[in-house]
Amino acid sequence: MSPRGSRGPLPVLLLLWALAACEARASEITFELPDNAKQCFYEEIAQGTKCTLEFQVITGGHYDVDCRLEDPDGIVLYKEMKKQYDSFTFTASRNGTYKFCFSNEFSTFTHKTVYFDFQVGEDPPLFPSENRVTALTQMESACVSIHEALKSVIDYQTHFRLREAQGRSRAEDLNTRVAYWSIGEAIILLVVSVGQVFLLKSFFSDKRTTTTRVGS
Amino acid sequence: VSPPGVTLAMPQCPGVAVAVVLSRQYGSEGRFTFTSHTPGEHQICLHSNSTRMALFAGGKVPLDIQVGEHTNNYPEIAAKDKLTELQLRARQLLDQVEQIQKEQNYQRYREERFRMTSESTNQRVLWWSIAQTIILILTGIWQMRHLKSFFEAKKLV
Repeated sequence: MSPRGSRGPLPVLLLLWALAACEARASEITFELPDNAKQCFYEEIAQGTKCTLEFQVITGGHYDVDCRLEDPDGIVLYKEMKKQYDSFTFTASRNGTYKFCFSNEFSTFTHKTVYFDFQVGEDPPLFPSENRVTALTQMESACVSIHEALKSVIDYQTHFRLREAQGRSRAEDLNTRVAYWSIGEAIILLVVSVGQVFLLKSFFSDKRTTTTRVGS
Repeated sequence: VSPPGVTLAMPQCPGVAVAVVLSRQYGSEGRFTFTSHTPGEHQICLHSNSTRMALFAGGKVPLDIQVGEHTNNYPEIAAKDKLTELQLRARQLLDQVEQIQKEQNYQRYREERFRMTSESTNQRVLWWSIAQTIILILTGIWQMRHLKSFFEAKKLV
């Protein structure tokens, strides 16, 4: 699945999504994880399939999230707390629905945007009807290796795009904080300077009346 | 594929304005395709009004999103254009390279936006610092003059 940053914030009832069960699939989704929330995804995988789960936090707080991957029996295959980025490969030991969850329950007020890439099996062959008995010609093997190289180029581009989005999010955060700080500082400056003058004046006014009282 | 009564809304927000590109209501299943016209973040929202949703399939929504060159169905293309195996492989490589080009264009657009933002931030910081220095100096002058006239009135100076 190739990268345009399509994302799916879920506004309502839906907490659970299931990705269509099929051999040899790859799904990339960028979704929004509200604070104190947990989002789970399900995938039906056949036994012996090699799968890879990769995730990265793009915006929000300290850019970390909890992740947990369970097999159909509920055995935890992968569990990490407060990770910014990770990649995990496993081979499905049995048929069934595998579940992976991202949790932002440790955060009280920051929304997080999380990207994940779940790859099931190898890529589908270009010619599903063929039975490859003959070896590939030189041209064909060259095409295959170019295809693999281009796939890794696209993968690097995806990571670069995510890094850029993350950097932009941090910069915008910083910008907001600096703007509020500058305005606050200007107000404090004015209040303090005016306050100083009136406080000083009040010292001299009181002293005069006290002196008069003591005198008489 | 969506369960009963799910609305699919596609707002698109590069920058500030939010424009809904696509908004459809689906029954038990739905499928749509679209081509993005501007670079940037597109949002897909799934919304359900149905109360039966939670009871149906444990509240799970099967979802499949394919982007870019993965939308191509190569056996279909081969049959339609009557391509040999080598031609089909070449076609696949061409599609991939086109995808890479689009991504690079997007990065170039992003870099341009970033440069514009940096320059405008630089300008704003400069003006703000000058303004703050002027305010500081004026406040100091006002303080001294006010106090001087106050002390002169009180005959302390």
